[in-house]
Amino acid sequence: MTPLLRFDGVTCRRGGRLLFEGMNLEIGPGEAVHLGGPNGSGKSSLIRLAAGLLRTEAGSVERSELALADEALALDRELPLRRALAFWIGDATRLDEALGALDLRRLAHVPARLLSTGQAKRATLARVAASGAPLWLLDEPLNGLDPDGVERLDALIAEHRNSGGAVFAASHAPLAGSWAHMVLTA
Amino acid sequence: MIGALITRDVRRAIGGAAWLPVGFFLVVATLVPFAVGPDPRLLERIAAGGLWIAALTAALLPIERLVEPDRANGVLDQLTLRGVSEEAVGAAKVAAHWLTFGPLLLLAALPSSFILGIAPAALGRTLAALAIGTPGLAALAVMVASLTAGLPRAGALAGVLLLPLAIPLLIFGAGASGDPESGGLLLEGAVSLLLVAASPFVIGAAIRASRT
Repeated sequence: MTPLLRFDGVTCRRGGRLLFEGMNLEIGPGEAVHLGGPNGSGKSSLIRLAAGLLRTEAGSVERSELALADEALALDRELPLRRALAFWIGDATRLDEALGALDLRRLAHVPARLLSTGQAKRATLARVAASGAPLWLLDEPLNGLDPDGVERLDALIAEHRNSGGAVFAASHAPLAGSWAHMVLTA
Repeated sequence: MIGALITRDVRRAIGGAAWLPVGFFLVVATLVPFAVGPDPRLLERIAAGGLWIAALTAALLPIERLVEPDRANGVLDQLTLRGVSEEAVGAAKVAAHWLTFGPLLLLAALPSSFILGIAPAALGRTLAALAIGTPGLAALAVMVASLTAGLPRAGALAGVLLLPLAIPLLIFGAGASGDPESGGLLLEGAVSLLLVAASPFVIGAAIRASRT
């Protein structure tokens, strides 16, 4: 079984400060890792390293095709939500499924700039859910979500894992289901 | 994905901000006769230079919206995750910017030439020189936009960066507009081509360096 994400002796230094050193990590199909740690311990940096958006100081990262949900909305503000998401998701069926799964269908024609914090978070999660990528990277996926949103995200993650996907999530709050835990220290 | 990115950038520009540099170009060109007086002989001599200064200042206007919004909003990150190289993003951005900058600027150059009293014989030459210069100006604008993205006071910094780098284009472009024998058009074309060819690599490196 080949891992979907693999860290081999990874060292990360940001702004001259050593965040972590010699880190090893493997996430295979169906697995989920919850990343914890205080503010500033490097959770977001670790997620961005995993995504390939930051370079490692030492060590190597192997990754499969992946999708990332972080603080950035990455949608054109003037476009209606569904059209804005369609820029990233070519497959209309998958897009509509994801919109339904996060209860965003009634917002499909609302311009992205009018979305609330929680709705914007749902939209970034919908992009991940519709991506079809086997590896999901989630940076603080619960920020701004209401209890209904949390429940829907938990269901999506469970379904994704059942179909052989993997999840790597940085969050202060616990997520439902069985997770392997990993904690960074400041 | 590259085609979609170009289409999107063109759509967003046409929907609003693309008209601003054109209006600015017209205004600056109109200022010249007010500033130097209505003497047609004097105006005819400085007309090409006036048009070029108007073009350079107009090229500055869109810089802050070319790269920074997409960086701050995570669009550049998501493109990278989809396997689009930063260089390809740079090439797409240059193409999209030129499409909404070059043709509109040439359109605005027609009434401006009339205001400045450019002789009909020189009009074709002037427009050709501007046309050859616009891809270089567009590439330069996106390069400077990517280098200053995310920095404080990026707009002012962009002006200080772009205008000196545009001097070779200005010299050869204005020279070619004035004198058909000078060979300026060829040199201007070479500079423009160099800027366009280098731009994807500069923009790609700048996008990577700006990641935090």
